[in-house]
Amino acid sequence: MSAVVVENLTIRYGDFVAVNDVSFQAEFGEVTAILGPNGAGKTSTIETCEGYRAPTSGTVQVLQKNPFTQRASLHSEVGVMLQEGGVYPSARVHETIAQYCALYNRGVDPATLLTAVDLESKASSTWRRLSGGEKQRMLLALALAARPRVAFLDEPTSGVDINGRDAIRHIINDLAANGTAVVLATHELDEAERLAQRVVLFHQGKIVANAPLATMRSAQHELRFSSAPTLNTQELSAHIGLEVAIIQDHFVVRFENTDSAFSSELVQRVSTWLNNKNLPLNNLSIGAQRLEDIFRNLTGGTQ
Amino acid sequence: MSTLTTQLRAELNVVRRNGEQLLVTLGIPLLLLGFFSVVDVLPTNEKDPVNFLVPGILALAVMSTSMVSLGIATGFERNYLVLKRLAATPLGTTRLIAAKTLSIAAVEAVQMILLISLGFLLGWSPQQANWLLALCAVVLGTFAFAGIGLFLAGNLRGEVNLAATNGLYLVLLLIGGIVFPLDKLPGALSAMSRCLPTAALSDVLRNSLMSAGEHTTSSWIVLLVWAIAAPLLAAKTFKWN
Repeated sequence: MSAVVVENLTIRYGDFVAVNDVSFQAEFGEVTAILGPNGAGKTSTIETCEGYRAPTSGTVQVLQKNPFTQRASLHSEVGVMLQEGGVYPSARVHETIAQYCALYNRGVDPATLLTAVDLESKASSTWRRLSGGEKQRMLLALALAARPRVAFLDEPTSGVDINGRDAIRHIINDLAANGTAVVLATHELDEAERLAQRVVLFHQGKIVANAPLATMRSAQHELRFSSAPTLNTQELSAHIGLEVAIIQDHFVVRFENTDSAFSSELVQRVSTWLNNKNLPLNNLSIGAQRLEDIFRNLTGGTQ
Repeated sequence: MSTLTTQLRAELNVVRRNGEQLLVTLGIPLLLLGFFSVVDVLPTNEKDPVNFLVPGILALAVMSTSMVSLGIATGFERNYLVLKRLAATPLGTTRLIAAKTLSIAAVEAVQMILLISLGFLLGWSPQQANWLLALCAVVLGTFAFAGIGLFLAGNLRGEVNLAATNGLYLVLLLIGGIVFPLDKLPGALSAMSRCLPTAALSDVLRNSLMSAGEHTTSSWIVLLVWAIAAPLLAAKTFKWN
């Protein structure tokens, strides 16, 4: 039984189609990233799963319930983190966390939760005095107060510094490790790459890819290096029999053969060719394609 | 602690922390009662202005709490997505409204105690007061003004709602029979004012506390209509986020 089942979901706002006939599932114990640029339909989809809006057509099931018509019974088991806001500016951190623990009544201790999101030192602060990262951790704490079986987290690391991101990633990984189905909406490909087991790629209201991250990445490998700008890509392509592209000041060769002997031979041929041309070989890397590049390929370069 | 008690506590914390709300709900009614009772500049038709002022100021206090304080706080809660976040908890709409209602009742109880105490200190002498009738009027007034406040809060952006609610408060204060008797207003304005909830509440409170509730049928009808229509309109048009 999947935690979240979305089938043929369409959401319209007047004539505008925000989400167009999408289907995907999220499983317990996994982080499913709903990924895409701003305006791709992620938040509309996740808010439909949270029960904030009814689908124009199609169905959504969360814990085998309709989130729009069965909100009351569903909300005690579902944690929600809004993309922004949700707390009164003058509300104090410890009071708000205690309030949500009491509202969910799932046996979560407010003091333990405060420690888990590393906000003990800010317990008496008001919401308006928290930094961006602290606000995100507090919103995450409000979702955790539900001891959720399903957690919908909308852009949880948006505007958060590196240390704050590490703390949030750690909490999300723990949630999934404890069996929660985490559905994470983000426009940050790097974040999805670090957290998700499954990726659902949205583009212009449609899903352009839906697969486990490992499967998606292993579908194509790449050799990436930097060299002199004078490098003749057509000549190198002809030599190695594969297309050489220039992406963000790097030369990139994509290939589907994941055999290690093939990879070694490819590196050997490229380095020999560069050496013969007296061209430098720097920042060499070889491996599974990055999510960012997969996304670029699937959406024609838009992000 | 039950879900309702938890939310009631949160609502009271918001009221307690918002100094400007306390100024409107407690400070202004106390100040107006004290000042105009001592400085006899209003055309109240009474030998002792405090006898005219106390019922009117009680009506003002009801309006301050249930329209201004509730409306502005709710408007900003919409703006800050507090209501949206609460909607995703097991709290539910009914308990949220119950918590807000109880918080209003608590604030109004404090207001009534303070204002009536100050009134007595200033020499107010109620005649044949029917306190039960006055309490009914306060309850109906609370429904009417809460409906107006929530209608504005549920349809306007936070800052616009703030300006609109405060503007309406000032207008109703001036033409609602609180500090000026309605018969001192120009003819058309006086007739229009009699249809306002403030004038109706002031009138029924004044009659309940000063003459056993006689001669106020039309004001009771006006108040009852507002107490039913305004919350219905608010419920029908309210946008949670």
